[in-house]
Amino acid sequence: MEIIKNFPCLSILLCMFAAIISSALKGRGARWLNSFVIAAVSVLSFAVLYLTITTKESYVYVMGHFPAPFGNEIRFGSLEAGMALFFCVIMMLSLNGGRKKLLLEINPAKENLYYIMVDLLLSSLLALVYTNDLFTAYVFVEINTISACGLIMITERGHTIEAATRYMIMSLLGSGLFLIGICLLYDLTGHLLMSNIKAGIDAIVANGTYHTPLLVTIALIVVGLAIKSALFPFHAWLPNAYGYSTVSSAAILSSLVSKGYIFLLIKIIYRVIGFDTFRDSKIINVLFVFGLAGMIMGSLSAIRENDIRRMISFSSVAQIGYIYMGFGLGTAVGMVASVFHMLSHAATKSLLFVSGSGLTDVSGGHKEFLELTGSAYRNICAGLAFTVGSLSMVGIPVFSGFVSKLLFSQAAILNEHKVLPTLIALAISTILNTIYFMKTVIRIYTPAHGKYASASWKENPAYAVTLLLFIILNVVLGMCSQPITDWIAQGLSVFA
Amino acid sequence: MSHIRKQSEYEKTFAFHFFRWLGGEKDAFMGNMEMHPQKEYAEAETTIEERLRDRRQALSEVYDRRHNKELKFFNVLYKCMSVVFCIALVFVLVYMVSYLPSVGAEDKPTNNIVSETYISDGLKDTGAVNIVTGMILSYRAFDTFGETNVLFIATCCVMIMLMVDEDKIRENKESNDRGFEPKNNLILKKVATLIVPLVFLFGIYIILNGHLSPGGGFSGGAMIGAGMILYVAAFGFDKTEKFFNEKVYKCIKVTALICYGCIVTYYFLTGANGLESIIPLGKAGKILSGGITLPINIFVGSEVACTMYAFYALFRRGGL
Repeated sequence: MEIIKNFPCLSILLCMFAAIISSALKGRGARWLNSFVIAAVSVLSFAVLYLTITTKESYVYVMGHFPAPFGNEIRFGSLEAGMALFFCVIMMLSLNGGRKKLLLEINPAKENLYYIMVDLLLSSLLALVYTNDLFTAYVFVEINTISACGLIMITERGHTIEAATRYMIMSLLGSGLFLIGICLLYDLTGHLLMSNIKAGIDAIVANGTYHTPLLVTIALIVVGLAIKSALFPFHAWLPNAYGYSTVSSAAILSSLVSKGYIFLLIKIIYRVIGFDTFRDSKIINVLFVFGLAGMIMGSLSAIRENDIRRMISFSSVAQIGYIYMGFGLGTAVGMVASVFHMLSHAATKSLLFVSGSGLTDVSGGHKEFLELTGSAYRNICAGLAFTVGSLSMVGIPVFSGFVSKLLFSQAAILNEHKVLPTLIALAISTILNTIYFMKTVIRIYTPAHGKYASASWKENPAYAVTLLLFIILNVVLGMCSQPITDWIAQGLSVFA
Repeated sequence: MSHIRKQSEYEKTFAFHFFRWLGGEKDAFMGNMEMHPQKEYAEAETTIEERLRDRRQALSEVYDRRHNKELKFFNVLYKCMSVVFCIALVFVLVYMVSYLPSVGAEDKPTNNIVSETYISDGLKDTGAVNIVTGMILSYRAFDTFGETNVLFIATCCVMIMLMVDEDKIRENKESNDRGFEPKNNLILKKVATLIVPLVFLFGIYIILNGHLSPGGGFSGGAMIGAGMILYVAAFGFDKTEKFFNEKVYKCIKVTALICYGCIVTYYFLTGANGLESIIPLGKAGKILSGGITLPINIFVGSEVACTMYAFYALFRRGGL
């Protein structure tokens, strides 16, 4: 049992080693190494999850010979371990789903660079999940930003380079605000370690001193991370970045990168600022309003889109809005709903991206709806998977999206001031979701003859298996929601 | 009997060149430097017309400036709003700064046990006289390993952007302007011959003494990288390719990072499990001291030097 405590640190370092070795390998070797590392990290994370669930405790792991507050530390409880496992699974599936497409779209000489980006992205996600130190978080936010840019521009087309530049500028703005926030926290408390900062902040709140700087600090950190995770008014970089990059990159970006930042924000809310302090600040209402606006505006933009990939991207804006709306409710139940929606959205959005690529492939590479007519008959697996993803997004029972919508409504009812706007926005957003997703499903199931050749699943069995696993994951999240919400609630309770 | 050299032999000697230069027979720069007057830029009339017409067409048809009131309104609003927003942000931040703990006050929260311990126990714990190096490489080793990886991934990203395939160069000679670079300046060459060894030496000194005096892997590596860039600027890529090509670059980078990673992993695992680290701290003040700081400084230094040079080479010609 003692040895399991080394696993989080080992899994972060393992990813970094894989990235370093990949730079000396050819594309094929880097690909195998990457698959091996993701599988290994999944196993390690599963062991950590088993340990933390059985003991129901969280552990602190000293990185080096000096305990905190002098040295670095990481910390893991059941929520962190589960998130790490989930991230690995989604990353593996997304990469497998887009592997064939990736080989066609990128320069073969640069394939190993792609896997370097993926390895380091995974290491930074793990570090963001496990970190117990704000400066470590910042260092890995940097790695995360740069590797995400690399993932976007790997195809080296005009659109992707423009999207990567846009992403870079917005994301660095977010990093800058986050860094200023960390500096201010250090100035106010004299620490970088999360638990020590929390003690300092509790003292500040009790004394009533430094009220203004604390409020500004919370605002800077929250806005910084909101920009990076594409909350509604800061989402301008998102549609191009997700819409034009290669499939695997789009799936990884939408389901992992933004979720990593959101998880960091949850960690900061609970372990640095303190949930009560956060709830009593006015920032929470801003998040609530932005979340509601995002839910509706994102869906409206998605309805206007004529490009299936960009439509799915705009749907991400709406779903991120849901998550921030859950934060904005300011209750523990709302947080549980948000975390569940993170899982549900990650599983569903990557499924939609991967299956969407299958549909466009059998339509001559066109992404416009007119060309997609009848594509579900030409690629049956992808059509089925896309339908499952759409149903889940709309919120049909059995699939994961239903559970998160249910949890959000339950959380809204418990908050008497915000119940009405939340329920109205949920209803409007669900209707809008239905409009654009069902429009697409009807379109792909409308028979059209001739024009394009169809593809059987036997041509690319890995792709079909990936889609099947995605569907299973989605149904599992939808059917076994009770143990999962229990796990999230337990994980959040050992956070504080 | 005096020995008289043959004319052809004499022409090779230094004295011949010197007396010729003294007599003003030959200009030393003639033929050694590229010298031709710059041509004035002249645009053909047809291209001017074409350019103006394109611009007019773009303004009138695509944007329709004159009639598009929405666009005009948006442009004005956008400018106004950004100014207002920036002023508001500056105001909020300045307002907030006035509430922060005052700088240098004794009861400032940053004057706490952490910095005190770094100063009082730093030498004893890390064996490094330079507390800053000891702090970033021993106390906060994980952060620094992350930072080194930031450099690594930054080079990889630049490679994605700028690396040009050798096949493509052969295929399409026009896109490659390597052949059109001007001849290297003689003054630059001579000065570089003098300075580059000193720069390298100083960089190595800073890396090796990182735990004793100000400096360390990052600053020393940057210095060596700058020296290499100066060398390339003076002598061209043909010379550097002989000792520093892509293979060597990969070798150095991967070895340095792997060794660094191994040290750090060992350090973390022993530290977290309560084991003694076998790396001796040594006697303070000696070159061979400071525990893990000295080897890490060396590896970080080589990685940083490689990164600096790689950036320059990638931006200048799309390859190493």
